[in-house]
Amino acid sequence: MFGYAGKILYVDLTHRKTRIERISNDFCKKYLGGNGFASSLLYRLNKPEIDPLSPENAVIFAVGPFTATIIPSSHKFIVQAKSPLTNLVGMSLCSGSWGPALKMTGYDTVVILGKSEKPIYLFIDDGSVQFADAKNLWGRDAWQTEDLIREETRDEMVRVAAIGPAGENLVRMACITNDKHRQAGRTGMGAVMGSKNLKAIAARGMKNVEVAKLDELMEVCGKLIKDAGQGATTVRHRTYGTPHCIGIINEKCAFPTRNWQEATSESTKSLYPDVLLRDYPSKHNACWGCPVGCDAITTINDGPFKGTVASVEHESIYSLGPNCDVFHYPSIAKAVELCDRLGVDTISVGSTIAWAMECYERGILTKDDTDGVELNFGDYEAQHSIIRKIAAREGFGDILADGVKRASEKVGKGSARFALHNKGLEFAGYDVRGLKASALAFCTSIRGGCHLRAVAMSLDFDGKVDRFKADSAYGKMVMNLEDIHTVYDSLIVCLYIQSTFEKFGGFGLVSDLYELVTGARITPNELYAVGERVWNLEKAFNLREGWEKKDDYPPPRVMLDPIPSGIAKGARVTKKEFDLMLNAYFEARGWTIDGVPTRGKLVSLGLDDVAEDLEQSEKSQREQKMEGKK
Amino acid sequence: MTRKFLVSDPEKCTGCRICEIVCSAVKEKVFNPSFSRIRTVFTWPDQNVALACRLCEDPSCVRACPRNALRANRVTGVVEVESAKCDGCRWCMEACKFGAMLIHSRDKTVKICDLCEGAPKCVEFCPTEALELRTAEDFSQRTRRRAISTLITGADEKL
Repeated sequence: MFGYAGKILYVDLTHRKTRIERISNDFCKKYLGGNGFASSLLYRLNKPEIDPLSPENAVIFAVGPFTATIIPSSHKFIVQAKSPLTNLVGMSLCSGSWGPALKMTGYDTVVILGKSEKPIYLFIDDGSVQFADAKNLWGRDAWQTEDLIREETRDEMVRVAAIGPAGENLVRMACITNDKHRQAGRTGMGAVMGSKNLKAIAARGMKNVEVAKLDELMEVCGKLIKDAGQGATTVRHRTYGTPHCIGIINEKCAFPTRNWQEATSESTKSLYPDVLLRDYPSKHNACWGCPVGCDAITTINDGPFKGTVASVEHESIYSLGPNCDVFHYPSIAKAVELCDRLGVDTISVGSTIAWAMECYERGILTKDDTDGVELNFGDYEAQHSIIRKIAAREGFGDILADGVKRASEKVGKGSARFALHNKGLEFAGYDVRGLKASALAFCTSIRGGCHLRAVAMSLDFDGKVDRFKADSAYGKMVMNLEDIHTVYDSLIVCLYIQSTFEKFGGFGLVSDLYELVTGARITPNELYAVGERVWNLEKAFNLREGWEKKDDYPPPRVMLDPIPSGIAKGARVTKKEFDLMLNAYFEARGWTIDGVPTRGKLVSLGLDDVAEDLEQSEKSQREQKMEGKK
Repeated sequence: MTRKFLVSDPEKCTGCRICEIVCSAVKEKVFNPSFSRIRTVFTWPDQNVALACRLCEDPSCVRACPRNALRANRVTGVVEVESAKCDGCRWCMEACKFGAMLIHSRDKTVKICDLCEGAPKCVEFCPTEALELRTAEDFSQRTRRRAISTLITGADEKL
């Protein structure tokens, strides 16, 4: 089929061997690409209950059929493996230019197996694969690694996806970086690379990407690019970057502050987009083939953080800023630069430090625990020092490096009461106590506490639902959004252009684009089915790893501590409310009351083998329990 | 007729490469930026600009060609390539100060921006309107206008 490179590259690091597998047309239509390809391979390649940091954990990089074509903002790649943070499905999407480079090497997907004896990086040079020595790169930060590999390969067009020291040190929230500012941040995919002694994957792609109907595709995409380039929403994104709605969210009392002790703050006004634009003007860089260009590069020109260069995103401002009670923008930019260079996810790191700050405030942690660092809320110097310790797994940083769930279990003393996560993944920056549909979506998220699997904030904020009222209708709504976003994550179409896609017909447009690119027809209904199929497959992966219904509940603070002030004062998500929404969600999905996909559901989605598999693993889990009782 | 050339406004260019993707599609019927006659250049930390043939008045590429395969069109200034004469010696590539020459990986002859017969597709697709086809005169006039506007705004602020 056109559009696809048509090949999966398997790289066995243990034996230094490679193998190429052709992708069938059926596989393409069944899983589309990206999230679909990667989760299908993840389920089939990874045996249940393996250690995510062992050589058995296959890590999969995938792009989609639209990648490197003219279709705007559709050039992301996805990384999937079993997550060392959650022990469930790990996944992270990343933009930049590495995805198209991979596609043009002639592969849609790269599967990394085993473990290299010594540090290496892979160089996929237009189809050929080299295992290159990474002795001189080990210990370098992600930015240096990118530059050094380009120097070594003598080609500035080589695109590099690399880990920093945090990935090498198996920090469970380590990320993968390309183009310096773009990260596959969440669920610790960088640690999986580190566990394989794999410092980076460099790609130089020179092959053509061909489509079925070029002229028609150009015509449609000309309109999309014009709309995305000059439309009001996207121009706003390009002007302010992703922090464009911090003001609105703070005013709506949904911007978590002081580790979610507050949901709004007067001080956050110093971080409003207009203020940032005036005081810290930024220049916008676009990812490959993107007319939006939301990536705001900030350079700090004076003061103690002079010389800092960082792409400061909405979520990073939340986690490292107000959530740690920090409102000093240059210090937030510095913290982001540190995280990016050292290779850790800003959301997870910021949230974990915010939790530690609250523990310090409550006396659960003292200076004796923190290597003498006075970990007070608002102390950004302390925050920076802890970020460095986490990446190096040094002293107190070693405890935090495992993420907030494990850290709170280790510290004990009731500290889990203040840990904001779901299934082990630290919460993103929306106070879901007063966003009930989002509360459900954050917790049914297949990878844990995440805002992007359903992007249900659109329901709560846009007034499509009463944000303070739990309703069984959210079950179906969240399910639909999850399926839609799973399709976009498989193609892979960036969230920031989806408003343009929706305007031009949503899945109707996607269906047309798919045909123009590949020559094969897929109907909007078939697209929905792909979303549902992939979601169910990932659910099956999680079940096989021991997921239980209780894992889908929000953390204690969301259920027990009402928002103390502001227009959302008093809001929380009670057990009764959440039960109502969660049960409705399971029902909408056609799952049992315990959240297990039925055989009928799986078979209807063409996942017969998965149904067999689940029955087997359920049987063995039951037997194990019986044995335990004896 | 006054010559028009491609200008890229560094204030607006985001380095998205849509011009490169479009150019390869128009000229080669495939997507592959390495075939593009216009290329984007990024400089750390945050500057982007797109670059194609500058339509030099006395093009060094034409002078350099040992086989007289290149000729500047007297009216438009576009450098025309007689492919049958070109054997890909890359001499023009070395002579050009702007990196505008491209040796095609398939037929091994030189390619250069031809402004799509006066209606460049890259300009049409540029999402931020950073790319424009302008004459030297109106380009300079706009630059003057910008300078004056800054001066006036600056004066306003002082008041």
